[in-house]
Parts: sequence; structure tokens; C-alpha cells
Amino acid sequence: MSEAAHAHPNYVKIWVILLILLTVSILGPMLEIPWLTIATAFGIAVVKTLMVAANFMHLKFEKHIIWFLLTIAFVFLGVFFFGVASDIVKIDGANVDGVIQWQDCLANQSCTIEQRVK
Amino acid sequence: MTLREGGSPPRTFAWKILMTHSPIATRRTVTGIPTGRLAVWWVLTSEVFIFGGLIMCFVLYKLNGAPGFEQASMTNTPAGAFNTFVLLTSSLTIVLAHAASERRDLKKTFNYIWFTIFGGLVFMVVKFYEYTTKIFPEWYHTPATHEPITILSNVFWSFYFTATGLHALHVFGGMVIMGMISMDVLKGRNLQRVELIGLYWHFVDIVWIFLFPLLYIANF
Repeated sequence: MSEAAHAHPNYVKIWVILLILLTVSILGPMLEIPWLTIATAFGIAVVKTLMVAANFMHLKFEKHIIWFLLTIAFVFLGVFFFGVASDIVKIDGANVDGVIQWQDCLANQSCTIEQRVK
Repeated sequence: MTLREGGSPPRTFAWKILMTHSPIATRRTVTGIPTGRLAVWWVLTSEVFIFGGLIMCFVLYKLNGAPGFEQASMTNTPAGAFNTFVLLTSSLTIVLAHAASERRDLKKTFNYIWFTIFGGLVFMVVKFYEYTTKIFPEWYHTPATHEPITILSNVFWSFYFTATGLHALHVFGGMVIMGMISMDVLKGRNLQRVELIGLYWHFVDIVWIFLFPLLYIANF
């Protein structure tokens, strides 16, 4: 859709809503309930992102090819995440001794520069 | 280019492009999207990989219980929250600059761009304060309340300084480009660039929207 074909959203209203969401994302974690922290901090971050992208970046008026570009980016991010998650979260296999040694030295803050580089 | 007999040049498409001094890429569109805007979206897509990859690694290490992540409680949450407010507000001012540029209101466009640059400056000052409280704690308290914290202190601080430093570089770059575009705006030239830098600036805002809860709030 061309720029002339849509009316501008009410930017100030969007900004006020974003500030309200920011306040909630700060106050929610103060209750120190982990699931509520994740819901308020990260859930609201996703909502704020969608609002900025849709209204300020005019993504809701943009042509499908832009959506396609962004979808590809996030799909590959997902591939990256799940591709390496097993290696990082479940440590076994080759060179496991070296990895555990590295974790131990990180835990007690005794890593040498060589171990950090490794 | 050779001249025809009689001295007049052939009026080919390429010749017309040459005479208008504008690159062909800015006027050709296959997608129906102005080339500049399409290019900015391409840049932003590549930026998704840069910051997205960094954030994914952070999440993986945190899920794995890597040591040092509990030190997220040492980050300055009010400063991070204030910077979120500043960036959200600067996103508003740059989109208002875009709206003003569409009305060809050059003065308002210029002013809104400089409000945005000021927002970026405030962000950088707060970031400087945060960095120095970590790296040079003795500047603020004598004796220092904690050991100096650097990018080598542990995995959490490596992520903290890498992610926020890379983000701050993007903020700085955006400020410089906005300053250059504002000079063109005064002359009424290249007003479409206001929208392009706006897209970039909103992306920088979005990256911070994710860095804020990751680094400042999720300290469990």
C-alpha cells in the first residue's frame, strides 16, 4: 500500500499506551513471582514491539514482501536457537572434560585468559 | 557517449538518468516499494540476525544456569527504565518528523529530528553514567562499593557490555545520520530520508525494548 493510501495512526495515543505498558513491565517483576516477571517483562516487550512496528514503522500498511523478509529472518533465528540449544543446554560428547573444567573455573572466578579464550 | 552529427546527444533513457544526476536504483521499483525504503528493511532484517543471535545466546546461557547471571541484580533498573522512556519518546518525535515531512512542514520536521537527536544524547549520557559506575566505581564512592566490573568479569557482563555497547553504537550512528538529514531538510531536499532514518530509529528502540527486561529486570 502506498504512503498516501492510509491515514496516520494517532501517534501520541500509541506513545501513551507504550508508556503505560512500560510502567506495568517495571511494576510486575517487583512482586518477585518468576512466571509473572516473564509474563509482564517479556510478554509486554513483545506487545510493545508489535505496537512500534505496526504503528510507528507503518508495518501494518507495508507490502507483503516486507513481512516475508522479516518472517525469513525470524525463522532462521529459530533454526539457530534450536540448532545450538542442544549443544549448550545438554553438555556431553566430545571434549566434555574441557567444557566442565571451563564451567568450574567460571563458577569460582578462577579462569585464566587461556581458558577464557578457549 | 558520442554526439550525433549536428551536436545534439541521443535522448536515450540512460542519457536522461545521467542528466538528472540520480542513480537509477532510486527510481526503479519492482516491488512497488520505494528503493530506499526497501533497502532500509533489508538492513533491518540483517540487524535482526545480529541482535537476535546475541539475545538467543544470552537466553541459552541463562537457561543453562551459567554462573554470573545472578549479577543482573547489579544493573541499574531505574536508569534502564528511564532510557526506555527516552527511546520510546524519541521514537514518537521521529515519527512526528516523518508526518511533518509529508506535509512539507520543513521547520517542524527539522525541530522534531533535533528533539530525537537530543533523546539519543540523553540516552548516551545515562549509558555513560551506567558504564562508569561499573568500570570505575571509585569515581562515585570512596571507598568503592564493589570491584571494577568489565567485559571480562563473567559471561553475564560480557553479554551486558557487548549488547548495550553495540546498541549504543547504533544510537550514535543514528544521531549522526539524523544530523546530516536535518541539514537537507532545511533546504527542502531528500525529505523521503526522514522516513528512512525513522525506520532505523524505531528498530533501535525495539532492540532496547528487549534488552531492558533481559539485562535489567530478569535478575532471578
